[in-house]
Amino acid sequence: MPNDERLSGGTRTGFAALRGEFLLAGVILLLAAVLGVKTDGFLSWSNLFDLLNSYAFVGIMAAGLLTVLISGGIDISFTATATVAQYVVASILVRCGESMGAPFGWIAIFGAAAFTGLLLGAVNGLLVHTLRVSAMIVTIATLNVFYGILIFVTRGKWLYDFPKWFADGVNVWSFTQGGATYGLSLAICALFLVLAGTAFLLNRTTLGRKIYAMGGNPEAAKRMGFNLLGLRLFVFCYMGFLAAIGAVVQAQVMQTVAPNSIVGRELEVLAAVVLGGASLAGGGGTLLGTMLGVALIAILQNGLTLLGVSSYWHQIVIGCVILSSVSATAWNARTIARKGVGIDVPD
Amino acid sequence: MFRIDPVIRSLLVLLACLVALFAFLLGGRFFSFANLQSMAFQLPELGILAVAMMVTMMTGGINLSIITTANLAGITAAFCITRLAGADASSGAVLGITAIAFASAMVVSALVGAANGFVVAHLGVSAILATLGTTTVLEGIGVLITRGSVISGFPDAVLFIGNGALFGVPVPLVIFACCALAVGVWLDRTPWGVGVRMTGSNANATAYSGVDVRRVLMKVYILSGLLCGVAALIMIARFNSARAGYGSSYLLVTVLASVLGGVNPDGGFGKVGGLVAALMVLQVIGSGLNLLGLSPHLAIALWGGILLFVIALRLLRARRAGQ
Repeated sequence: MPNDERLSGGTRTGFAALRGEFLLAGVILLLAAVLGVKTDGFLSWSNLFDLLNSYAFVGIMAAGLLTVLISGGIDISFTATATVAQYVVASILVRCGESMGAPFGWIAIFGAAAFTGLLLGAVNGLLVHTLRVSAMIVTIATLNVFYGILIFVTRGKWLYDFPKWFADGVNVWSFTQGGATYGLSLAICALFLVLAGTAFLLNRTTLGRKIYAMGGNPEAAKRMGFNLLGLRLFVFCYMGFLAAIGAVVQAQVMQTVAPNSIVGRELEVLAAVVLGGASLAGGGGTLLGTMLGVALIAILQNGLTLLGVSSYWHQIVIGCVILSSVSATAWNARTIARKGVGIDVPD
Repeated sequence: MFRIDPVIRSLLVLLACLVALFAFLLGGRFFSFANLQSMAFQLPELGILAVAMMVTMMTGGINLSIITTANLAGITAAFCITRLAGADASSGAVLGITAIAFASAMVVSALVGAANGFVVAHLGVSAILATLGTTTVLEGIGVLITRGSVISGFPDAVLFIGNGALFGVPVPLVIFACCALAVGVWLDRTPWGVGVRMTGSNANATAYSGVDVRRVLMKVYILSGLLCGVAALIMIARFNSARAGYGSSYLLVTVLASVLGGVNPDGGFGKVGGLVAALMVLQVIGSGLNLLGLSPHLAIALWGGILLFVIALRLLRARRAGQ
């Protein structure tokens, strides 16, 4: 019954099309208001910047995963891609980080990470296109292949002790509050650049509209003369690229590269994207929704911590939020389908 | 006439090649009693979980909560045993308490299965999302009960399930064989099994032909949960402990094993025999590389590689058959 999801979202325009996003934003505002009253620290600039810093890499990867989901695919292997990119970057930093210095160093590590991400993404795209099996199966297999080979080669060693310029990061603008410095760090800048780029790609380019079209109906897209191989290659490469960028950001924030810091969290990112209203059937989903999904999970976790709720409860709360959200969406789609297909004609 | 399914046949050929390769590389060590027995002890855990995954994939669904279900069932059993049985309990009391513990583990896993089934069948949530949600909740509950620590120390009767042998055959293997056989018969020889395959092929057409698809799905997810409960008992007995987070790396491997065993991820097709052959292939690779002194991570990479290779071969064969 995947068709129901498409019928419910695809034909509305304007504000009606963003109903889910409004709902999500309302929930977030309500949550923020409650947390603002109940806790001291929540509505402070420092907390906001801390949140942005620690969830930037999730947001970056979620933007990539959204693009793949819109195209009708799915990628489980992006965490492995990210970890491979982290190890590539970390080995460059450890080997010759000191001698490179800041500006050239940044170009080198982002270049190397991007190359790794694009390469592994291309492998995924090619395999998904040629093997004609669901993308989920192919990327579960490649997750095992990428990660297995990585750990075999590196022996799962932790890497740290990076050069000073990498530890300092990039601060475009900063302020000091209570002895700690906050500002537009590398992580936050990268997040905003990625969001702007993805928003432009999905909403303002032909390529973006083709990705929506392919996800909505691949057979029709093929008959329209779209190059499906090219589009698939593009979305999986874009996912790999963003996974690698997110990986560098995460490594910069943590200042350590560990084999198990990202792998195993693929379903967590998927949950955030789905919470934001993206459809697993393809063709639907907005970047705004995805970011609200990530924000909801981030604020929930942050808020529960600030409220002093034992961390044992966090996952239960988040799980219940995910379950009720997906259940409500499915129930809605069902009732709409039962009433008959409605097409809103704009005035 | 007895005819071997082509999927199973090609997996058996692959298995024979792998055994020959490892026999060549390792000589008699590969066929030593110790290695054969360790393989027989390792396979059932993953095997039962893979069957739990497979039955949901047959309907075109998936169960991402198998590991957390198993852990929660294991924690329930461990909690009952360690709380109820003191050090001075008589052997009869211990047996009774063990029976209660096992029963409560099965009840928990059946309830989880029913919850998954309800969300998938009655609310119409796609299986990936439904079980992704429940797995998050279940992991949270598991961590909450145990406070993130390990519950350990079980009586010998429990440990026997994981480590004992009946006439030289490991008990876990016997349990796995029973589960696989039962599920195989259910899928191949009962109206419910036909309903499962039909639902996987085309849920709407199945509903229109008078099959209660919701009932079929409910049963599938409850069965999947119960199998997780059985796997849980073997797991806690083998580790002599229970904890939230055991076996989390098994999750994606069970999907891999199911597809390798010929289960169509879109639903409708698959045989338990194929899954068993696929599990044997994975186990031989794992044990063989281990004896060669290579990292277990290389085995995981090879598992992924073999799956892609087999999918490509099947595609080629289907193309040739189509011409």
